[in-house]
Amino acid sequence: MPKEDKKPLLEVKNLKKYFPIEKGFWKKIVGYVKAVDGVNLYVPEGETLGLVGESGCGKTTIGRCILRAIEPTGGEVLFKMGDSKMVDITRLNKEELRSIRKDMQLIFQDPYSSLDSRMTVLDIIGEPLLVNKIAKGVELRNRVKDLVKTVGLDVRHLRRYPHAFSGGQRQRIGIARALALNPKFIVADEPVSALDVSVQAQTLNLLQDLQKEFNLTYLFISHDLSVIEHISDRVAVMYVGKIVELAETEEFFLNPKHPYSEALLSALPKPDPRLRMERIILPGEIADPSNPPSGCYFHPRCKYAKDICKNEKPKWGEVGSEHWVACHFASKLTLRKVSG
Amino acid sequence: MKNRQDKITAEEKFYIATQWQLMWRKFKKHKLAIFGAIVLFIFYFVAIFCGFFSTQDIYKRHTKYIHAPPQRIHFFDEEGFHLRPFVYGLKRKINPVTLRRTYSEDRTKKYPIYFFIRGDKYKLWNLFPTDLHLLGVKEPGTIFLFGTDKLGRDLFSRNLHAARISLSIGLVGVALSFILGCALGGISGYFGGTADMVIQRVIEFLMSIPTIPLWMALSAALPPHWPPIKVYFGITIILSIVGWCGLARVVRGKLLELRQEDFVMAAKIIGATDGRIITRHLLPSFLSYLIVNITLAIPGMILGETSLSFLGLGLQPPVVSWGVLLRDAQNVRTVVLHPWLLIPGLFVIVTVLAFNFLGDGLRDAADPYK
Repeated sequence: MPKEDKKPLLEVKNLKKYFPIEKGFWKKIVGYVKAVDGVNLYVPEGETLGLVGESGCGKTTIGRCILRAIEPTGGEVLFKMGDSKMVDITRLNKEELRSIRKDMQLIFQDPYSSLDSRMTVLDIIGEPLLVNKIAKGVELRNRVKDLVKTVGLDVRHLRRYPHAFSGGQRQRIGIARALALNPKFIVADEPVSALDVSVQAQTLNLLQDLQKEFNLTYLFISHDLSVIEHISDRVAVMYVGKIVELAETEEFFLNPKHPYSEALLSALPKPDPRLRMERIILPGEIADPSNPPSGCYFHPRCKYAKDICKNEKPKWGEVGSEHWVACHFASKLTLRKVSG
Repeated sequence: MKNRQDKITAEEKFYIATQWQLMWRKFKKHKLAIFGAIVLFIFYFVAIFCGFFSTQDIYKRHTKYIHAPPQRIHFFDEEGFHLRPFVYGLKRKINPVTLRRTYSEDRTKKYPIYFFIRGDKYKLWNLFPTDLHLLGVKEPGTIFLFGTDKLGRDLFSRNLHAARISLSIGLVGVALSFILGCALGGISGYFGGTADMVIQRVIEFLMSIPTIPLWMALSAALPPHWPPIKVYFGITIILSIVGWCGLARVVRGKLLELRQEDFVMAAKIIGATDGRIITRHLLPSFLSYLIVNITLAIPGMILGETSLSFLGLGLQPPVVSWGVLLRDAQNVRTVVLHPWLLIPGLFVIVTVLAFNFLGDGLRDAADPYK
């Protein structure tokens, strides 16, 4: 799937995560919530892939499966180790996993529950260095000081506990912890959605600066298209456990190919007061991932749906350069784009 | 300017305070809890040195003073104030019809109270033979601060010795429940699945059994020829069989809650081992809750021992505990004629209340980040 000139750092093939639904006294498994259902994507080195979707569509689950913070049900997660060899993370044992995790880290959504409130900033940011036996004592302290400076916090506050900081500062601590091991790849799981708008911008800019400085690769998960537009090189749209569209950011915003993307983009607020918002209001609810509709999961809410959409699952196909869509009518529909 | 400097340092102090420092700050504000803590400290201190604080040997029988009422400590006599307190002797009268003994103060006999006096021999902690007591009177005087029982034994000394047993049984019992509760609750919460289900059903079953009949059945199973020390541990084990259930539930619930927290996942992702996650992240987070629960579980143990011994199923004389002492106050006649036999009950009430106040204060302080 990836082109020759862009070497992927991470490639996900047919990733699946099913959560069993247990019922009754004996916890009989009566079904599965297909949180992630056959996802394919890749992230070239140094790029940012924005993953967007409604809450509950499985964005967070993808991020955690890639890091194997939760065990995927099936599929492959290929990650480039030091040289150009690709390693399947889903097959690693505990020790190998521990060593590869130095290269991939996670930034959490909630800056409150992601920091242990009973540890000082020094201990929190220093813990990755300590447990991986990279530094200790004075050296640890110095490295933590550098990290704290890098993310724009005050080095005098090392002895403080997290409750002394605001949400944005806490998120910076979380970012410093993720950077401590010098990773190549970072999953940023809605890193700004819990922050004030003014702090969101600062944090996004920090993430972009860090990307340039350390040549980081991001999988940036968000439900906010304007954030995605700002930070991503490419965008993946997710609906009920599946990726429905994947394209370069500009291409995606100017030329969306999936009806769901069209609806999402129509809800994007525009800074021009003369433009009238013409939002597409989707009928119905987001599909239940334990009992998804037949055919295309989006067909009950899609105004372009035909019979084929009810009966056949759409294929994942390339409709333009680096532009993939899962829709029967991807090349036939003329969809609204973002104006301006 | 200087004022501002002070303010900043105070704020900074708050920001760099550890969990325990923050808890202490919150706890200090809870006056009732501080009061409870002080009361318990005094009780335990006296119980540890009960031989020193009691006035005489707890098995010594004063046959002339059976069911004697508490003697009052005086500072004033007909001559005025004395710096050294004293007690009057007791005069006994026997009603020829009812054979009831009545005692009155004999103002002609005055026994001054001496501090750090040599008296009956005892062994401190069963190790060091000594005869030093905090206070006492010289022969042939007597000092019964809480009166005497039906065999003429000094109840003040007996109450102090009983405190040693009753107060320690709470601690030992809770220590046992703590081990059981942590181990089984930990397995239940950390591994889940079948183990969790089995343990939870066992807890539900144990908790559904009325405690008194269960204790009765179990203590009836203790061989009657066992020495007192064995019975003591037998009783603590019986008490903890029910006691661990509550603790196990707390541990499980807290573990389930904490496992969901992002910082646990963060620790996993940076490569921390399970052992480190448990000891550095999980334990410190719920240790404070455990301490609260333990504090609130101790009075239950003490009450359990008291009720068992009161019913004659727990510790047996010659061992003294508050429950054993209260057995002498089982009928209305005693309560009316010799109300001082109820003093151990007062101690039980004060102890239980103090533990509850302390637990209340600790609970409020347990999570300083909320």
